[in-house]
Formats: sequence, structure tokens, C-alpha cells
Amino acid sequence: MKKIKLVMVGNGMAGVRALEELLALAPDLYEITVFGAEPHPNYNRILLSPVLAGEQTLEDIVLNDWSWYETHGVRLHTGCTVHAVDRARRVVHARNAQGEAVTADYDRLILATGSNPFMLPIAGKELQGVLAYRDIADTQAMIDAATRWRHAVVIGGGLLGLEAANGLMKRGMQVSVVHAGEWLMDRQLDGQAAQLLKKSLIERGMQFFMQAQTQELLGNAEGRVRALRFADGREIEADLVVMAVGIRPNTALAEAMHLHVNRGIVVSDTLQTVTDPRIYAVGECAAHRGIAYGLVAPLFEQGKVLANHLAELGIGRYQGSLTSTKLKVTGIDLFSAGDFQGGEGTEQIVLSDPYSGVYKKLVIKEDRLVGACLYGDTVDGSWYFKLLREGRSVADIRDKLMFGESNLGDAGHQGQNKAAALADADEVCGCNGVSKGAICKAIKDKGLFTLDDVRKHTKASASCGSCTGLVEQIIMFTVGGDYSASPKTKPMCGCSDHGHQAVRDAIRQHRLLTTDSVFHFMEWRTPNGCASCRPAINYYLISTWPKEARDDPQSRFINERSHANIQKDGTYSVIPRMWGGETTASELRRIADVVDKYQIPTVKVTGGQRIDLLGVKKEDLQGVWNDIGMPCGHAYAKALRTVKTCVGSEWCRMGTQDSTQMGKDLERAMWRMYAPHKVKFAVSGCPRNCAESGIKDVGIIGVDSGWEMYIGGNGGIKTEVAHFLTKLKTAEEVLEYTGAFMQLYRLEGWYLERTVHYLNRVGLDYVKRRILDDAAGRQALWAELQQALEGEPDPWFETDKAAVDLRQFQPLPVLPALQAAPVLTALSAPVPATTTAGA
Amino acid sequence: MNEWITICAIDEIPVLGARRVARAQGLDVAVFRTASGEVFALLDRCPHKGGPLSQGLVFGSSVACPLHNWTIALATGQAAAPDEGCTPRFAVRLEGSAVQLRADELAQHALEHTRPLAGPVGLGRCGSAAASCSSSPSTVAA
Repeated sequence: MKKIKLVMVGNGMAGVRALEELLALAPDLYEITVFGAEPHPNYNRILLSPVLAGEQTLEDIVLNDWSWYETHGVRLHTGCTVHAVDRARRVVHARNAQGEAVTADYDRLILATGSNPFMLPIAGKELQGVLAYRDIADTQAMIDAATRWRHAVVIGGGLLGLEAANGLMKRGMQVSVVHAGEWLMDRQLDGQAAQLLKKSLIERGMQFFMQAQTQELLGNAEGRVRALRFADGREIEADLVVMAVGIRPNTALAEAMHLHVNRGIVVSDTLQTVTDPRIYAVGECAAHRGIAYGLVAPLFEQGKVLANHLAELGIGRYQGSLTSTKLKVTGIDLFSAGDFQGGEGTEQIVLSDPYSGVYKKLVIKEDRLVGACLYGDTVDGSWYFKLLREGRSVADIRDKLMFGESNLGDAGHQGQNKAAALADADEVCGCNGVSKGAICKAIKDKGLFTLDDVRKHTKASASCGSCTGLVEQIIMFTVGGDYSASPKTKPMCGCSDHGHQAVRDAIRQHRLLTTDSVFHFMEWRTPNGCASCRPAINYYLISTWPKEARDDPQSRFINERSHANIQKDGTYSVIPRMWGGETTASELRRIADVVDKYQIPTVKVTGGQRIDLLGVKKEDLQGVWNDIGMPCGHAYAKALRTVKTCVGSEWCRMGTQDSTQMGKDLERAMWRMYAPHKVKFAVSGCPRNCAESGIKDVGIIGVDSGWEMYIGGNGGIKTEVAHFLTKLKTAEEVLEYTGAFMQLYRLEGWYLERTVHYLNRVGLDYVKRRILDDAAGRQALWAELQQALEGEPDPWFETDKAAVDLRQFQPLPVLPALQAAPVLTALSAPVPATTTAGA
Repeated sequence: MNEWITICAIDEIPVLGARRVARAQGLDVAVFRTASGEVFALLDRCPHKGGPLSQGLVFGSSVACPLHNWTIALATGQAAAPDEGCTPRFAVRLEGSAVQLRADELAQHALEHTRPLAGPVGLGRCGSAAASCSSSPSTVAA
């Protein structure tokens, strides 16, 4: 097949990243040609500051070396400037360093021309020693200047200017920063934070001229800059002047091609130029919905969408990004994101401790965090940014918000504020045994920028996810503030751009009853989803439309398909239900007999007061169920697992209430209940709380006058203490309130979202309104749950009704005679190509 | 000798599901059926930690391992990047509605693979697979 010709103008980070994504999706679709004006292969521009500061070398920051282009068959013209594009004939015209003409035909064209530094239009800007800070050549010139000259002036006190000033100072120069604005980094910081920053930089020896207008640059006899003159006539000495007053999208070529340009090359959500759909623009040269991004993470998001479109999948859309900022000056911690200035309709929480150099401002609008500006202590930056992106209510944690995530009653190993202090050998992800060093190495070697990429390549935070915050922080520390733009809504999985809520809403509003209708209605990219979206959608269907939507066993994880818990060797464990943790001699006898009969290797009492039979072969499962004759324990399911109890008033001399009976009643009422995630209850007979009710999804504690009800506790990955919901008088009320809360969670929780996370998302006040304030609503929810559970079959004893595919338990036999047949063919070639039917 | 053996009818494998074929020796073979009616056969063992792929969730022409969710391509046995590893394939074909595997492969192909051991060592759990136990030093009884 003839390959499609793809030409890219520009060899920078955004464009090459798009090519990498494209090569991963469709390695053979295109014949690719790249024109780069610089004589280097692709390098990491955002790490120029550490190079200038002497913390890294140029070699360290190369992203794709020459061999990468070779390996992937990408033709690279370096030092080659494109000066014209003939759109009618689809030819790119360029000139190389020797002045020879180079041309390339294209079927599709990517403009990735980046941006140009803005040079102040003042006299003397052509003098020797006057530079912008943009590329390797500039960086090299600054490093050279530092070895020969003493006085440097940086015009521009923004992010880039301060990084340049810091680097030059570290190279031994005396540096003055000239800034026209009222305070430093005025687009990223508020006045107070900027004040602290300035103080700290002055202590390091930097000089500042604020609100200063540069009038001209003065040269010496050799044509080199010697001084800078302000509008008020003052002069300062300058052997090197670096202009860092901003960048402008490089649109000269696009304009010459008559493409629509408005503060950047105007592109659609698929990154196609609005003028010519064969031509794409990506990166700093592009203007998407009026914004030209200058940080790397949004540009990579764009690259992903562009690659998707070029690969002819045609389903990705870029919808804009939220960005955050961090200064890459060693020893200065500064972070800002969102609307940190605040204004009408916003509230601000401010902590200011100028003595110790700490300043924090959080901007809140309608109970949601909309902006953050941190100086001196930025350990919670990634957490705030996460809250900001998710846009969830912070009403419940508002009083603790300022003190960071580690103050939210964290007894787990979340470690939000440890990233910087960790040594390379320290373990970050306990599930997969990944060290900080391994993560940093992967980020640097493979050029990773997003959490997803780091998960894929290192497995860090890919399992239980409790170290996600820490991993995000390591990414931030390693790649700098350019990390962490992400789409505004997190898609459910790679099959779709829709989030969980959108899918839930669509199922309810449009009465969708099958997985296929969801895929069709919501335009899924894949024919039958994946292992992540299918179980979620299946749950949403059966919880939203009980008795109408049919359960799809093939969309269930194996545990729920086999009604037993798979173990690492492929055997299963069986946990029969023991109501409220009580059992009898005959049950124990039957269990013992089953253990003997099926030679079950391990019998263990679980943390939830039940007996676990471990190591049951799949073909024995049916026999084990039948012989035990006890109801299904659902110990494998996203459903009600256990109701833990103490002995209560029946036996205990302290007991005030019959907690065992209460536990049994709760368990019998809700035992077949599927939920977004596993659910655990506990009932304690007195406040001594022997059943550990304080860390359960619903915890009931008997007191003299009745029952206290707690919700949203969790003893799992990160221990969470349950919130007090209400106090109740009777056992009937406990059932009603518990059932109503469960039904609310069943209907509104996202798949794999525990009650604690659900509560964090919707807020405790919301749940109080629904369960406590609205009596009719509460009763309706409880009735709905009872109706949904009515007649729900036990999968062990009503296999027909529960639609259990019994065939799964028996392996298909191969007749022994055939297996023993002598095989004469040479087997040196192990496997012939797989024959697939129906092709 | 190039004999094809009928294992089952295609309807005996659930759509987007799998059945496992027990062999006299070696691990089972997992036979998969996709939504479009294609069948594939792989050794019933994930290259990651030996999970039984026949128990996984099938989507597109891949299966997600039930233990740690690695995605394995049914046609090639290759783990989806950036994971690395490969599960041995078995030739499989449809004759009408009959799913067929090759006799020589069932008897001889990929016999060397074992499943990870679980449970207390020395309980004599290996049973009929005693031969494979003795070749693996990590399973010697305490």
C-alpha cells in the first residue's frame, strides 16, 4: 500500500510528541518528513533552565536522538528553514544551511512552528550581547558570556526571566532584573507571594528595578552592549542583556500560506486549521478556542488528539486544559494554578507568615476550589490542583483545607508531602515495589509527562492507587511546573471521552438497558469496551433499572462470574455467609467435612468474622457449595460483604443493645445488594466499639438510649474514620436509614468509588439533606432498595435464576486416545500461524 | 501427522468469553470467542504472573488477565505495550461450528510452563503434577 505523505514543519517538543503518539497508533500509515530550523534533534526545552544553571548538560535533555528518527523511518532535515508552502500543489519549500532548495510533497501537513521570543522594539537591541532566552543557542551564548563578563541584566521578571536570572547568577554573574510590572511573576502570583519571592531572590544577590521602563541599550566601540538606560535617565551597567518579556506564536509561515491567524493559527478541536483541513497546527503556534498554550502538558494533550486524528481513528477531541505553574529555581517553592487572584463572588483563605517565608492563598467559589497560590510550602500543590480539576465540593473539608491533605485524618501511607524528601531507593508504590529512583528514571529516559504514562511504564500507582498523590508530586518535581494539565472531566477509560457521571446520567435519562445501547448512544470508540468500562456500565445498568436491565456475566470480573474469589494460583476461595458472624455446630461440621472431602489446603478465619476455604479448584466449586449448604457470602463481590458484630447485651456485661441481632437483621435485609464497590457494616453494642464500627461504610453503635449511625468509614488503603450521621431510637429506624443511604450510594456512586470517596465528592451535607431532612425521600429510597433486592437469587442455589453459566466450571476434555497419539512431525517450528475462523 | 481434533461446538463457548481445555500434560489451553465470532487459542497462562487467561474479561480481540489486568492480544499472545511478555499460541480453526485444535500441539506444545504455587509449602498440593514439582527447587517441601 502506498503510504500517505506527512510533512511536519518544526522539530520541537509538541510536534515530535505528536509523531511519537502517531507512530504508536499507526506505525506504517505515513511516510514522514520533518523540517527543523535548529541543527539539533528534538530536545526538552523546558529543561534549558537547569542547563543554564549548570544542573544538567545539553546531552541530558535530548528527547529523541538521531537514531530515533532513523529507527522510525522519519526523514529529518535539520538546519532547514521552510519559507513557503504551495497549498494548491501541496509542496513545502525550504532552504538548508547551505542555501540549497529542499522540497517535500505532502498529503497532510503539520505546522509545529512554536513561538518566537518577543524583543522590545528599543534602540540597541541589535547590539552584541543582547539575547532572547529560547533555545540551545541562546543558552550556550549565556553560558559563554558568564565566563567572560560580569554584569547581566534580564528584562522581564516573569517565569522565564527569573529562571534566566537565577541561572546566570549561578554561573557567577551579577544579575539585575528589570520588570515593568508592579510585582514579579504577575501572571502567576499575587502581590504578597511575589513580595516573598523578591525578598528571597534579593537575599541570593539579585538586584531588582521594578516598574522600570527601559528606553535604550547603549553599546561600546566594538558594538557590544555596555549599559541599559531607563526612561528616567538612570543607567545600569550591562555586558549581557537577556530579554524575557514574552513569546509570540510563530505564525509567519501560516500567514504567508493565507491560513486564518488570530493570536495563533486558529485550529478546531481536532487541531485542524479552520482554513484547510489537510493542515494541522499543534503546540505554541496554535490557538485553540482563543488560547495559545505555552506549557508543555497541554501541548502533549494536543499531540495525542492530533495523532489520533492522523491515525484515522477520528474520535479524539481536544477541549482545552487547566494549567499550573512552578518555578524551576532550586530552593524556591512556588506554585499557582487556576484563578488565584480571586475577585467578585469568590472567598479567600489566606495564610501569611512572612517571617518564615510561607504564604498560601486558596480561592473558593461556591464551595469549590478555583485557584491556589502557594509560596514557601508547596507540598500540597498537586492535591489542590487535583481538587481544582475535579471541581468537587470542599465544603466538608474547608476548615482543614489550608493545612493540606496530610491533615485530613490520614492514618494511611498516602505521604503527600514526602516526594522531595524521599531518597531514590525509597519505595513509592508498595503494591508493585517501585522506587522513587525508578520513577524518576522512567520520566527522564522515556520523556513521560502524565500520570497515565508513568503508570503504564512503571506500574507505580497502577494498583491500589494510594500513592497517586506522591507519584504526581514526583512527576512535578522531575519535569517541573509543566506537568499536570489534564482534561476537565476525567474520561471513564480509553474507550470514550465521557466520564462516569455522564454515563450514569445517560443511562437514566435515555432509559438505556443494555451495554451495547450505551456504547452506541455514547459513541464508544471500541466495539465492546474494555475490562475497565464494561463492569462499570453493567453495574450502572442493573442498579438503575433493576429487574429490567439484564446482568451481563461476560462484563463481570471473574470473581462475580464464578461467585468465588480467584487466588494467585488460579484456584478459588469460598466464604460461606455467617449472619452477623454467628455459626452453629452443624455448620462447622459440614464445613469440616467439605474440607476433608475436597482436600482444601487452608481454612482461615477472616477479618470479617467468617471462615475462608482457600485453594478450591474451579471444577470443585459447585460441589463445595452444595455440600456446605450455606448461603453465598459474596466475599468476592462489589456488594455487601460482612456485618461485623460484637456479642452485645445478650452476653456482654457492658452491652447496652443487642448488636448481634441488629447485625443479623441488617445482613439479612441487604445481603444480595450489589454496589459501586464492596460494602462493609458493623454493629457494636456499646461505645467500646469492639466491632470496629468507626471504620466501616456504615457503622452502628449501641448506646443506652438507642443507636448512633456513622457513615463513610474505611479500613482499607487509607484508613478513614466514619462521620457521625444521626442518632436513632429503634432498630427499624436503623434499617430504614441504612437502607436509604445504601440506595443513594448505589444510585449515585461511581463504579469502584467507596462510600468515603462518594461522600467526599457530594459532601456530607448533601447526604444529610437526602437522608435526614427529607423523610419521604428516605422512605422511598429504602422501599426502592427492598424492591430491587426482592427475589434476588442466591447464585449458589438458584443458578438458573441467577443466570450462572455452569459450563464455566468444567474444563473441556480431550479424549485420552487422541492425546496419546504418537506425533511424528518435527516440532522445531513451535506454532503455526493462528488460524482464525470466519476471516 | 497433522490431525485436527474437535474440542466443542462454538456455541459451547460464551460470546466474549472462553473455555479451558484440559490436557493430559501441561497447563490447560484457553479457547476464546470474540463478539465477531472469531476463535483464538492460547496457553491458559498470563506471561506476567501465570494468571489463567480463560477466566479473564474478553474485549475486542484481547483478554484482560483476571489477576492483574494485563491485556493480552488473542491473535499473537503478546502483552499490550508497555508491558512485555508473550503467551504461547495454539493453532485453532472452525470447521462449520466445530472448534478444532491440533493433536500434536495439545500433546507437545508449551508443556514446560507451570502455574505459581499458592498456599503453605509442603502440603502435598501438587498432586498429579508431582513431576513438575521436583524440577522446581522452590517447591521442595520444608
